[in-house]
Parts: sequence; C-alpha cells; structure tokens
Amino acid sequence: MEGSINGSINLIGYGLSAIGGGIGVGLVFAAYINGVARQPEAQRVLQPIAFLGLALTEALAILGLVFAFVLS
Amino acid sequence: MHLPAILPWGAAEGFSKQMLLVLLSVVFIAVFFVLAARKGQLVPGKLQFAGEAAYGFVRNGIAKDIIGGKDFIKYVPLLFSLFFFILVNNIYGAIPFFQLPTFSHVGGAYVLAGIVYFTWLIIGLKKNGIRYFKLATVPSGVPWYILPIVIPIEIISNFIVRPVTHSLRLFATMLAGHLIVMIAGYGIEFLVSQENILLQGTSVLVLAGAIAMYMLEALIMVLQAYVFTLLTAIYIEGALHADSH
Repeated sequence: MEGSINGSINLIGYGLSAIGGGIGVGLVFAAYINGVARQPEAQRVLQPIAFLGLALTEALAILGLVFAFVLS
Repeated sequence: MHLPAILPWGAAEGFSKQMLLVLLSVVFIAVFFVLAARKGQLVPGKLQFAGEAAYGFVRNGIAKDIIGGKDFIKYVPLLFSLFFFILVNNIYGAIPFFQLPTFSHVGGAYVLAGIVYFTWLIIGLKKNGIRYFKLATVPSGVPWYILPIVIPIEIISNFIVRPVTHSLRLFATMLAGHLIVMIAGYGIEFLVSQENILLQGTSVLVLAGAIAMYMLEALIMVLQAYVFTLLTAIYIEGALHADSH
C-alpha cells in the first residue's frame, strides 16, 4: 500500500483531551441520573447543578479543540 | 469560517450568508411571536398555545428555577431572546437550503458571550459594589494558607475561562456537527465514484451513519441553545447572590 496521510498531529492531541472530557461528562450525568432515580422530586434542584458540572468538565475538551486549531 | 459575500457590489462587502441568516432569524422569531400573541384568548388556539409554551419554558424552566426570588422577571427578556435567537440560528443547520448554523462562525458566539459577560459583571457590581470582586474570587470557609493557590484559580476560572468557554462551547459544537455531516457527504461521494461495485455498496452504510449523525446534531443544536441560556441564568444568579455562595 502506498500513499501518505497529511494533516496536523494537533488533532491527535485534541482526541486525547476529549477522553478526559468524555469521562467527566459521563460521571456527571451518571450521578445526576442516580440522584433523580433515587429521589425524583429532586430533579429541579439537580438539573442546573448537572448542567453546570457538564459546562465545567466540557471546558477541557473545548480548550483542546481550540488549541488544536490555534497552535501550529 | 468566513464565507464569500453574497451581494456583488462594494457597499455590501462582507455581507455573507451567515449575516443574512441572522437577519432572517430575527424576522422568523418576531413574526412567530407577534402572530402567537396577537389574539390573546382565554382558551388559546394552537399558535397561541405554542407561543405560550415556549415563553413558559424559558420563564419557568430556566429563569424562575435558577434565578428565583422576586426579581427573576427582570432577566426573562434577555434569557428569552438569547434562547430563541440561538435556537433558530442553530436549527438552520438542520434545514435544507439554509444548511448553515450561524454560530459555526466564531464571531457571533463571541458577541453573545460578551453581552452575557458584561451583563453579569455589571449586575454583580451594582448589587454588591466593588466588594463583588472579593466575593467572586475569595471562597468562604477556606483556610488562609490555601488562599494563595485558590484565588488565582478562581480569578482565571471566573473571569477568563468562563466567557471563553461560554462562547467556544456554542461555536465548537456547531462547527464540529457541521463538519461531520459534511465529511460524511464527501465520504459518500468518494465511495460512489469508485469502480468496484462492492465499494460503492458500502456507501449505503455511510449514508445510514450520516443520517444518524444528522439526527444527533439536530438534538445537540437544541441542547446547546438550552445550555447557553441555562449558563447565562447561572452566571446571573451567581452575580446576584454572590454573598451567599
């Protein structure tokens, strides 16, 4: 097989940074679902907290995407 | 990315498809809500019901639940406009012929997040005076010897990372979703143009995957509008009640 792949190795770094964000978002929503399943009336209280946690953990993956484009 | 201008003459330089879509979105939202609110009946018709449900979602589901108290109603117009502006502009990405989420250009997302940033800064300063910066950066109940580490982290996370991620979250999800649909389209075209019939057949699999990604993207578009508005409400609440956090 001949041929070459062109591109930036930055994108591999972005993929690696997305692992952490993915695990974090999974943990946040696992805890949220757990909480709502145990006490359904707490959903209104837990929902903003869950989305705030989503926002904070997702920041890592977003910064990774931005750095993948910005650094060259 | 920057798209070419759609109007040929010089005065409209830089007037690209995204700007046209932004203007159109304002028209769509205004027409919908003016029509929905025109005949206020006690027993709402279909259109009025849709308009009231949309308004009630933002008012009760976001503003009242998060900001709470008596003065949440002051911030409903901002949250309401933000939610529907972002929603319509995102949904463009899933509608044929429009097919471009406006916030796949980062400029629009920067402007919205900038508006929100200065809004909650001014709210915090009005409510708490200059003491707001101390309240926002010095967490209570932390031993004094950890403070030199905690305060820089709080400053960076509250005043720098917060607006940056607020705008980039919207931009990055729109860009990534748009890219993946486009890449799937190119993949289908590439496979169909192969000479081997078996390779051509695999394009059906890519098409199925592309449709699935398209649906996921439509979900994410609505979710991002919600998340952006929700975070706006959370930031405003944090600025309003800085002394109780």
